Amino acid sequence: MKKMVLGFTLIFAASVLAETTPTTNTTNKPMIQIKGSDTLVNTVQVLAEKYMAKNPGKVISVTGGGSGTGIAALLNGTCSIADSSREIKPKEKEMAKDKVNEIIVGIDGLSVIVNKNNKISSLTIEQLGKIYRGEVTNWKDIGGKDMSISLYGRQPNSGTFDFFREHVVKADYSKEVKEMNGNAQIVESVKNAVSGIGYVGAGYTQNSKEIKVLAIASKTGEKAYKPTFNNVETKLYPISRPLYQYISGNISEDVKNFLAYEVSAEGQKVVTEEGFFPINDKQKESNYALLGITMEKAVTVKVKKGAKAKKS
Amino acid sequence: MGSGNCNDSENKLSTRNKLSLSKKVKEASIHGCFLFNGLLVILILIGIFALLVWASIPAFKEISIKEFLFSFNWNPTSYVKPSYGILSMLVSTLMVTIGAMIFAVPISIGTAAFISDIASSRVREIAKPVVEILASIPSVVIGFIGITLVGPYIAKIFNLPDGLNAINGSILLGVMALPTIISLTEDALKGVPKSYTEASLALGATKWQTIIRVRIPAAASGIIAAVMLGMGRAIGETMTVLMATGCANAMPTSFTDSVRTMTSAIAIELGEVAYGSTHYYALFAVGLALFLITFAVNLTADIIFNRRPKL
Repeated sequence: MKKMVLGFTLIFAASVLAETTPTTNTTNKPMIQIKGSDTLVNTVQVLAEKYMAKNPGKVISVTGGGSGTGIAALLNGTCSIADSSREIKPKEKEMAKDKVNEIIVGIDGLSVIVNKNNKISSLTIEQLGKIYRGEVTNWKDIGGKDMSISLYGRQPNSGTFDFFREHVVKADYSKEVKEMNGNAQIVESVKNAVSGIGYVGAGYTQNSKEIKVLAIASKTGEKAYKPTFNNVETKLYPISRPLYQYISGNISEDVKNFLAYEVSAEGQKVVTEEGFFPINDKQKESNYALLGITMEKAVTVKVKKGAKAKKS
Repeated sequence: MGSGNCNDSENKLSTRNKLSLSKKVKEASIHGCFLFNGLLVILILIGIFALLVWASIPAFKEISIKEFLFSFNWNPTSYVKPSYGILSMLVSTLMVTIGAMIFAVPISIGTAAFISDIASSRVREIAKPVVEILASIPSVVIGFIGITLVGPYIAKIFNLPDGLNAINGSILLGVMALPTIISLTEDALKGVPKSYTEASLALGATKWQTIIRVRIPAAASGIIAAVMLGMGRAIGETMTVLMATGCANAMPTSFTDSVRTMTSAIAIELGEVAYGSTHYYALFAVGLALFLITFAVNLTADIIFNRRPKL
């Protein structure tokens, strides 16, 4: 019996040790956990890498999983920043223990893509809605070839799923929509499926010649616009959206520094390189107000970066 | 297992009374340790079951059991009105599982017969570990292969826009069930007494006839148990089907349709569901249904296996 008791004590002690060791590690090395939107994950990853290269000793980990997953993780306290391609829902805000703050890190021209061999090159919001509600099931009904439409979409934990439903479909999606794991899988599927259609973040349409990005018209009879820099900024492109990051409670100095980097001119350059669009002055102002950066300081940062860029 | 050890040690104790007290204490503590381990497994199983039941009950305050079991609509995050019917997911799960068995069973029995009866000992030494290595491939890798390799071929063969459908899921799950079925079938074939084989050969039967008509029927109950265990593995598989079957919500009507299994629904939705919502509890209810199915399958496998004629 004594041995058993000893054994259990050892097991208990071991488990206690195992529990405590990583905790002490994390307190020694502050790590920023970022989780959420699959649309933002690549961009934030690049931002984090560049930031870590400039600030040795800082550790940032970025994972995807979907906007809903990220916000749930933020509310549960398992990440410090949640990426989201949709606005936080009032219900989610209610559930939060602390005040949830939001910054906007970039703008997305949510792109509708088809196979390059599809002769359709523009659609109206109304047509898109009909397609995704399952009311139109053949390309010939909207001026294409006679073939049935293969619908590709995202899973319900995706912010893009929510945004597209809210602004385009305005009802439940057709049950025939195949729910893909992420933007990249939609692009991959539409590449191979002549009859395919999908919606993805602008950052995912950059390097693929096998897909076609459609021009979208806000109403029947109006001109259709492609998700380009000008059309997104002037809001002529009807389905552009801000890309958010949410932070809960008091923002730690480390997190604040990284957020400031993201919204700085240098950070916004990365966002643009990744295929998204930079934030406008109004959004910049509200970001700065939240982070407690004065505009003057921001300007000096800008100038400094400009000088650096000239040198290189 | 624990009780078997205990009986042995007790017999020894009674025959040899000279054992010192410290040894007795040692025996007792080892006995206790094994008993604890044995009970722990049962307790964990009961615990999981209790947790699932307990967390599912609140779901049925708002969802009628009739809707849950017989409605085709599963859309808890609906734009209009949430619906919680598991029927199309249940059909999807059964479809990929049965498909997987259609794919895996012939291959498995053939491979097992080859390894146990035909292969030379050197080939067997290589083939057996290779089959076992197959079991160690992570499911996410198999899912990836499903998207990039199996899918495009299925699309080409069946002239579909993509290969994300029940056939793809079935093939991948079949591959994942292979090691389980092969190993257990081979064990079952090994258990067939030599005298059966010798008698068959002595009567002039060829090797092929002996394997097909004597050895495999003699091992039938073991083989059925092996298939059932492989099936249990296929039903519960998540990542592979999530990646490779397209996950469309519609009720599948053929194997070329996209399917959404119970496991993938739980995996996709549990990440973002609000704690304590009907949706949250409904996912536990889906988990409970899944648990009951796999439990029934494994129990049947066990009963069949234990009923086999003791040779």
